[in-house]
Amino acid sequence: MSISIDEVRHVAKLARLDLEESEILSFQSELNALLGHFADIQSVDVSGIEPVSHAVSLQNVWADDQIWESLPRDRALRNASLSRAGLFVVPQIIED
Amino acid sequence: MTAADLAGRIARREISCVEAAQESLDAIGERDGALGCFLALDPESTIAQAKAAQHLIDKGQGGSLTGVPIALKDNLSTDALETTCASKILKGYVPPFDATVVGKLKLAGLPILGKTNMDEFAMGTSTETSAFQLTRNPLDPERSPGGSSGGSAAAVAGLLAPLSLGSDTGGSIRQPASFCGIVGFKPTYGRCSRYGLIAFASSLDQVGPFGQTVEDAALLAEIITGHDSLDSTSLNAPPISARDLKSGSLRGLKIALPKELFNDALHPGVRQAIDDAIRVLTSEGVEFHSVSIPAIAVGVTTYYLIAPAEASSNLARFDGIRYGSRSDGEGHIGMVERTRAEGFGHEVKSRIMMGTYALSAGYYDAFYLKASQVRAKMTDEFDQVFTSCDAVLSPTSPVPAFKLGELIGDPLALKLLDYCTIPANLGGFPAISLNCGFTEGLPVGLQIMAPALHDERLLQIAYSVEQAL
Repeated sequence: MSISIDEVRHVAKLARLDLEESEILSFQSELNALLGHFADIQSVDVSGIEPVSHAVSLQNVWADDQIWESLPRDRALRNASLSRAGLFVVPQIIED
Repeated sequence: MTAADLAGRIARREISCVEAAQESLDAIGERDGALGCFLALDPESTIAQAKAAQHLIDKGQGGSLTGVPIALKDNLSTDALETTCASKILKGYVPPFDATVVGKLKLAGLPILGKTNMDEFAMGTSTETSAFQLTRNPLDPERSPGGSSGGSAAAVAGLLAPLSLGSDTGGSIRQPASFCGIVGFKPTYGRCSRYGLIAFASSLDQVGPFGQTVEDAALLAEIITGHDSLDSTSLNAPPISARDLKSGSLRGLKIALPKELFNDALHPGVRQAIDDAIRVLTSEGVEFHSVSIPAIAVGVTTYYLIAPAEASSNLARFDGIRYGSRSDGEGHIGMVERTRAEGFGHEVKSRIMMGTYALSAGYYDAFYLKASQVRAKMTDEFDQVFTSCDAVLSPTSPVPAFKLGELIGDPLALKLLDYCTIPANLGGFPAISLNCGFTEGLPVGLQIMAPALHDERLLQIAYSVEQAL
């Protein structure tokens, strides 16, 4: 299986990465080298095996329904590159 | 001097906590310029914490490691101390809270020296993907300390810190321990809280200790483990206990040797050191059994599909809004895309791309789902072996420390070296690396794995092995 240049562009868009043209080319060859190796997994017989998403199976971990102190607003905002009036500032999303 | 010895001297008032902390700070001041272990230091805070530790000692409330200074990998959140994951995207980020393990260290009175260099977001095995600096192996400055917890391993091996913490997603504690000739321990998945550990691959990440000896690692594991309601994957199990560490015996122990971990890729010097260790342990009464765990052969593929898939989701949070750097771009999406393109380094972007691809429509079944099934198969195969054997033994890394620059240009070759450490993360079971000799002056690590939740037994076996070698 190999990945085309258009697929690399598509994946970069999905991943929200605005890549340079040179990076697109370099990731195409890098990903293809990895995918070439990853072909080994296709020959493994896994019929009847349930997939796992975790090493240790845990189910329904509930938190107590308790109110506790949350992070003070000024501390939560301290690392924001832009904030105003106690809010995170984001670029305009809805047109005027 | 081991951390246990230092703690003993502190408890006997032969040295104060402040003097112990100052010794480490002085060593860092003298030698870290050459080694490059630390990304952030806060000597004032270290000394203040040492004074608080001395207060505990003076009140007779000291614990097993009170006053012993410790270095932390830079993906562990530290209140008021910069935490960057060695990434430009988090440059200047100061967490507003402590990771659970950091809080436990502070309660136990271990003064924090600073934050250590690592591969960016723990993605790498040489510490060379750090956006900020190289870390050198204290045993040979031309060589890598391993990774991704390279700064933490080199700090202990270089005698800058008696103890340190790392994180292990595919071997990131054990492999650098092996390269630097020290002990590195990855507990059973879920025994150590991940709250405040900046996530790479959530189903694989586990925090763990580095020390000069198995005892040091075990004493530190005692402090940092235990159930945490802030981490929903934390196991409802008591903290790891080091109480019976020294009361084990090698006689009659059954240890499995998987042939897939003793393959042709092994460096001859590594094979020699491991064979020598096996010979010594046999003479001490250990029964070795050759076994086959076929899924190990596709472990690298399985891991490098699952881990990047989880990473691509976890790292979606870096969008330039709530924390981290922010770049200018057209509109909201353009800003996010530029921020990520400029903030992440090449290896991180590569893994986000691979993970996004493996999860994307049309490829999910062939890649992520298949890998998740192989993961189940591998875990079953290990469980089978564990029904008749106490532990599994292998090299930690098929090669000794490689040179800086030697492999960083060949990401696939670098990844292929991870096959010995990956299984313990996929299966969640505990694993430890300890030194078993040298080849051409470079340390060789021996890895021991045990069934999930048998951390105490694993440490006991490792301690006995360490005494025998």
